Amino acid sequence: MLRYVVKRVLLAAITIFLVATITFFLMRMVPGGPFIAEKSISEQAQAALNAKFGLDKPVWVQYKNYMTGALHGDFSLSLKQRGRTVSEIIASKFPISAKLGGLSVLIALAIGIPFGSIAALNRGKWLDQLIMVIATCGIAFPSFVICTVGMYLFGVRLKWLPTFGLTSPLHYILPIFSLAFYPMAYITRLMRSSMLDVLDQDYMRTARSKGLSRSRSLFKHALRNAVLPVVTYVGPMLAYTLTGSFVVEKIFVIPGLGGQFVSSIMTRDYTVIMGTTIFLATLLILMNVVVDIIYKMIDPRIQLK
Amino acid sequence: MSEKLVDIQNEKLSFFTPAGEVKALNDVSLYIRPGEVLGIVGESGSGKSVTAYSLMGLTAHPGRLTGGDIYFNGHHINKMTEKEMRRIRGNEVSIIFQDPMTSLNPVYTIGNQIREGILLHTKRSEKQANERACELLRLVGINEPEKRMKQYPHELSGGMRQRVMIAIALACEPKLLIADEPTTALDVTIQAQILELMMSLKEKLDMSIIIITHDLGVVAGMCDRIAVMYAGKVVECGTTDEIFYQPSHEYTKGLLRSIPNLYEKDHKKLVPIQGLPVDLLDLPEGCPFATRCPNCMKVCMKHMPEYTDLSDNHYSACWLLDKEKFMKKQRGALT
Repeated sequence: MLRYVVKRVLLAAITIFLVATITFFLMRMVPGGPFIAEKSISEQAQAALNAKFGLDKPVWVQYKNYMTGALHGDFSLSLKQRGRTVSEIIASKFPISAKLGGLSVLIALAIGIPFGSIAALNRGKWLDQLIMVIATCGIAFPSFVICTVGMYLFGVRLKWLPTFGLTSPLHYILPIFSLAFYPMAYITRLMRSSMLDVLDQDYMRTARSKGLSRSRSLFKHALRNAVLPVVTYVGPMLAYTLTGSFVVEKIFVIPGLGGQFVSSIMTRDYTVIMGTTIFLATLLILMNVVVDIIYKMIDPRIQLK
Repeated sequence: MSEKLVDIQNEKLSFFTPAGEVKALNDVSLYIRPGEVLGIVGESGSGKSVTAYSLMGLTAHPGRLTGGDIYFNGHHINKMTEKEMRRIRGNEVSIIFQDPMTSLNPVYTIGNQIREGILLHTKRSEKQANERACELLRLVGINEPEKRMKQYPHELSGGMRQRVMIAIALACEPKLLIADEPTTALDVTIQAQILELMMSLKEKLDMSIIIITHDLGVVAGMCDRIAVMYAGKVVECGTTDEIFYQPSHEYTKGLLRSIPNLYEKDHKKLVPIQGLPVDLLDLPEGCPFATRCPNCMKVCMKHMPEYTDLSDNHYSACWLLDKEKFMKKQRGALT
């Protein structure tokens, strides 16, 4: 176990370092810069700004400076949001996205797992077909379609739900639903196929031959085995969902991290791009470790090496 | 002698598939006396396992009983509800399966899986169930039962797992143990051990055993009686001696010809049974074995033979055995 932890931490450090490096140089290869705005600033002002943030130095020197800072926990100032550090920005936006994302993953699991199982148990019958049609829609429809249709239907037509902001619990419903739809559909499909697989296993027959009822053998013997692929999927998916979706945040006017990430790319806010990328990479790696540990807890055959 | 633990009468069972009705069992009649070991022999698809599963009410979808009656230990199995069946399963009748590698749930400990049936069918507490599980493991010849209880199936060998399966099956001291090809997936030395274990447990616990196999060698040493099945029908049934020394059905004779003999000096070639098994979707009118039978007659293609009693225990369904009936049919068939 200790060996596993040490190995994972080392691997994580290398991965994050590579991600940071690649992002840094890719960013610089993109034409444009943070201070080339539509309202063209005078050349002197541009030069002064570049000098202030060290952008006038050669790329290698900039890279060295940034990485040294990052290693000491200093992710420097935002280039565009005056006076705010990148850490502050992430700290203020991430909780909003995480709350939405976390809730929507919970809902996706709470609906996807039972629906997938129900579909598997009713293979070929109308209930299975209905669930699969919905799940296929969930995978096929892009999130902006779900968002706008939901907004139009429940916000504009029925006037049941507010369409922007996050000021009351009601405000959460549409964004959460829009975020949850795709993972929910995906989990349903995963769950259905793995459940079908498990139902055919010999140990299910053994369980029944002991005299266990159908539901008991399902809950005890099938579910735990069938849920493994879902765990694999949910780990990384959780990392992406927690960091927010640009589309959903833009449509529902939510000041989350997803929107921030994309707008920082548009404005070439180099430090914010770096900060959020490193943050996402760390979160992803962390989630993968969590998945490994949960996997080990569910299936004793897995060995963490 | 007359009391029967299991009595299957004219059981008919079909699988209703999209391709049509697959007639898996056609008029199966069998009985088992208390304390007896019955071997059911036949090739794949002959209905051996289907017969056994239907006895436990575990017929797989889309199979359905279409006729006949099954009695077991005073229960009328085919009239019972699923809930009533659950009380019998694992309690009065248990089963061990072919492949011990896949028959145990990989994510639960051995102890958990043995305990399950005990807790379900008896009023034992968790602690008592644990003690009983240890006792069972010792009974099936597993050392250090306390340690094994905490292990997972993947930590045990194939032979050990089959022993665990037997322990699970015996948890509630069943009247009948069904062994569905219990040794097919094991290597030869382990096979012998497992069969020996089953026989010794039979003596200790005074139960009946049904052994399903396609290996005549397995049944020869263990069984009191043997039923030979072909195309969902018992074609011949008799004591082990009768089946081996006076086989009367052409299919049984064919099976016996295809066993290698270690002791014979001149190494004769094995004689396989020619042809392929019948299509259960489209059963012939007459004897299902007719097309592969070396002594097939006209009547065999037209009419199903009835059972001819050859002794108290021995009966067989073949036209060659009953001249009188055959002549009568022959005349009828010709006119």
